[in-house]
Amino acid sequence: MTLVDLANPSRFLAFTDRVLTWLAAATLLAFALGLSQVVAAPDDYQQGATVKIMFIHVPAAWLGIFAWALMSIAALGTLVWRHPLADVAAKAAAPIGAAFTLMCLITGALWGRPMWGTYWVWDARLTSVLVLFLMYLGVIALWRTIDDPTRAARATAVLTLVGAINLPIIKFSVDWWNTLHQPASVLRLGGPTIHPTILAPLVTMAIAFTLLFLTLHLGAMRNEILRRRVRTMRMLQASAAAGH
Amino acid sequence: MNLGPHAAFIVAAYAAAIVIVAGLIVWVVLDRRQLTRALDDLEARGVTRRSERAGEESP
Repeated sequence: MTLVDLANPSRFLAFTDRVLTWLAAATLLAFALGLSQVVAAPDDYQQGATVKIMFIHVPAAWLGIFAWALMSIAALGTLVWRHPLADVAAKAAAPIGAAFTLMCLITGALWGRPMWGTYWVWDARLTSVLVLFLMYLGVIALWRTIDDPTRAARATAVLTLVGAINLPIIKFSVDWWNTLHQPASVLRLGGPTIHPTILAPLVTMAIAFTLLFLTLHLGAMRNEILRRRVRTMRMLQASAAAGH
Repeated sequence: MNLGPHAAFIVAAYAAAIVIVAGLIVWVVLDRRQLTRALDDLEARGVTRRSERAGEESP
């Protein structure tokens, strides 16, 4: 099966039915390995055991950004190529991206209180991530406001591409402005500054969270295709009942 | 495993993550169940999509 074949919703459904079980199993295995590494990881010399919050906070932040980047590519697919699955992918990713961004905000606040002495501060990194979360809510609301999926897809695609401006702001906020948040320590020129004993569980947890995202996203895409089938069939039923 | 003086914050962070992930899983599973039921119900009433009818009519 080629990528072009997957553009057909029926073939995509068959593909997800085959892949989802394996993906879910891989996710469980990755989490089992990651969490065992988290338990064995040493405390940080400055932050103590609170460094364990990083193993969920950082992957959640990455996925919050990744989901919007994925939605932006899908938005191009909707507006430029009118790919039949592009808006399905975007719509399915929005609630999942919102959930991971919320997870990033909550775990960040719970990490900030013992380390910074405060749950929240209006600095560039924290505020730009909060803006990302609010944008997710905006996109979800827009999807729900417009009844016709094709019109809703175009409107949300434009909003998504405008919102993509926030992604580099989030990434570079710690470099461009004075913030309480620490600078980049994994994805940076010159390599990670984290000790390998802490970096290894972080990478494994990031892989586990990414697999979880892919599993949930494929499941949500499958649901969205089914939702559109139900909508089409209900319209046909209503049309038949009206005698057309 | 000794989580030190800030154990409550660490436990709360992991609990929040578990609740959010569980919420996402439940949302996907329940949504799928509801949609499958709706599709089965429509098919039982004889409603089919145009593409399915075309497939049935073609040799």
